[in-house]
Amino acid sequence: MINFGYSIAQTRVVNLDNCNFDKLEQLEKIVPSFKRCMNCGACTATCSAQQFTGFNIRKIKSMYQQAQYDKLAKELEQCMLCGKCTLVCPRGVSLRPAVMNMRKILNTK
Amino acid sequence: MSEYFNPFVLPFVLGTIFLFGICIWKYVRWFKQLDRLQRAVIRKNILSWKILPALWECFCEGLLHLRISRKNFVLGYMHRSIAFGWFLLIAVGFVESHITPTVDGAHPFWLAIFYRFFIHSHGTFKGAMLLTTIMDALLLYVLSGILLAMVKKIYSRALGMKKATKHVIFDRFAKASLWCIFPLRLLSESLSASIYHNGGFLTQTIGNWFPIEFAATFELTSWTLYSIALGTFFVTLPFSRYMHIFTEILLIIFRKWGVRETNVRTGYTMYELSACSRCGMCIDHCPLNTELGINNVQSVYFLRNLRYKMDKPDVADNCLLCARCASDCPVNIDLMAIRQQERNKGELDTAGNYTYLDKVQPFNAIGRIGYFGGCMSHLTPGITQSMKTIFEAAGQKYWFMDEDRSICCGRPLIQQGYNQQAADLRRKVTEHIKKSRITMLVTSCPICYQTFKKDYKLNIPVVHHTEYLQMLIKSGRIKVRKDDLRTVYHDPCELGRGCGIYKEPRQVLKATTHLVKAKQEGEDSLCCGITLGDSLIDIDQQKKIRDAAVNNLMYKKPDMIATACPMCKKAFVHSTTLPVKDIAEIVCENLKTDN
Repeated sequence: MINFGYSIAQTRVVNLDNCNFDKLEQLEKIVPSFKRCMNCGACTATCSAQQFTGFNIRKIKSMYQQAQYDKLAKELEQCMLCGKCTLVCPRGVSLRPAVMNMRKILNTK
Repeated sequence: MSEYFNPFVLPFVLGTIFLFGICIWKYVRWFKQLDRLQRAVIRKNILSWKILPALWECFCEGLLHLRISRKNFVLGYMHRSIAFGWFLLIAVGFVESHITPTVDGAHPFWLAIFYRFFIHSHGTFKGAMLLTTIMDALLLYVLSGILLAMVKKIYSRALGMKKATKHVIFDRFAKASLWCIFPLRLLSESLSASIYHNGGFLTQTIGNWFPIEFAATFELTSWTLYSIALGTFFVTLPFSRYMHIFTEILLIIFRKWGVRETNVRTGYTMYELSACSRCGMCIDHCPLNTELGINNVQSVYFLRNLRYKMDKPDVADNCLLCARCASDCPVNIDLMAIRQQERNKGELDTAGNYTYLDKVQPFNAIGRIGYFGGCMSHLTPGITQSMKTIFEAAGQKYWFMDEDRSICCGRPLIQQGYNQQAADLRRKVTEHIKKSRITMLVTSCPICYQTFKKDYKLNIPVVHHTEYLQMLIKSGRIKVRKDDLRTVYHDPCELGRGCGIYKEPRQVLKATTHLVKAKQEGEDSLCCGITLGDSLIDIDQQKKIRDAAVNNLMYKKPDMIATACPMCKKAFVHSTTLPVKDIAEIVCENLKTDN
């Protein structure tokens, strides 16, 4: 197959009825602005880590909201916490604290 | 000895023995907790001349409280009168009791404290009357301080403090006994003066008001109460904020010898915690208090919680790290370092986190200087663009090391306590810089600048772009013209209080524009609010802090706001209609081209 330098994501089906949203509620209690996100992706566009790798903060955010926690903790460790995402966010989401708290919540068993 | 002994001196004597016993026990324990490097520094400097400036500072700060006086004269007077006045009372009293010829030649140490109870004349030596007068004057001096302290307790604004510290029970108890000591001393000496006529201008005058029978009945009671007040104060002292009296002296000496905080808690931190007098000077200017009304996280409470092991979550994390409190602290405690110790997340498994940074290719930049914009400068392209133009105008070959792929310097991680991850990034960036063989590093972001300067070991000069521009202008490598805008300069926290760069940005601005003053500037400048230090306040709260900072800059109605930090710039542009520019942009606009 020709390598175009990009690929198409696998189709995913998430049955939200079977998900446990405790961790999301926990996060939204600490970082209430998390609910304001409108998925514009400005954070991902500016991300320092994204320039090197497929690190995608918007995707991480969506996966967290859909309770898809597999590998998320390890993925989050790639963040350098530089805080650019928080500064560019047009909706005033405190993304940097959200990343730190996601890490914390996911790492506590 | 029996001649000068009365059972009422026991509370004082036992209290004194208890006090020094506990203090020595605590200090020895903390000394053992110092880490290896700190002890090596002490061993190296213990016999050096550094002890002389240290003792001078102990005198100026421990007794005269000059730093407080400079900020607030009345408050300084209050502290000085109690500390220095009491010290002189003890010192002069000691001299007085030792040159007094006693019946049996003994001079027990409590004789100085209860002198007028035991010695019933002005003394039989030359100058005795003078000493009595001096002692009375000193007592009056201390009493004036106690009176001010009482006024401050009722109405702290009278002494220029908007908010006074909320104290724990030990402190209240110790303070109550401290306040009783000197009025009781005055009463006791006056009663004795009434009977034996051995008082000075103050005690004799008051003594003459009392009938002799009254004085004879209550003299012993009064002296007993005085002794009990002293004893109580001494017993509570090691557990209260008054522990700072002795600890500050040790802290100043250690600091002069070169001992510094590390990134974990050591015995030195314990000395610092006890050296906090909980004066509350850090509360009034904390932006979290003034703008958001959060008043339980300031350094005074943070240190108190640590010292008494009170479990208050979030206090360590709720801080902008703007270091305004550290510049107000009269004891110069390294507040930011202690904050970061508590945030330190310790050893974490960081394997594989930043392997993607290996994609950064080594670059050979021999003969060039390095320019590191920093993550934030990428959000304010005006700054990086101006720096490029300036480099070219100065004929300086440069390498923009993070032009398309920026690696974070690691300081944002340090601020949140992820020290290990920060070390990983540091290793990567250091390797990158070493391989490029640049001869100097210029950075546009004060956050990066601070960590490059303090945490990296690069062996090349690291300068902030304001310093670099100042060098260029001074050496004539670039020529600038002066515009007629009135510009106010905002000191970024990390550049000013963090690295002590106040002069250079102002010199550059003076060369290019008309610099006007802000209401509070230099060490007292306000935080722009959009900081990476605090992870608990949200954007709306940050905006309130930012607006306060902008108001502070509007003091002389300037035409333009200048700053030297991309974050501060980013913060201010949304809050004011005035142009907000970085110093690099201002210089770039005013560049004179030769033709």
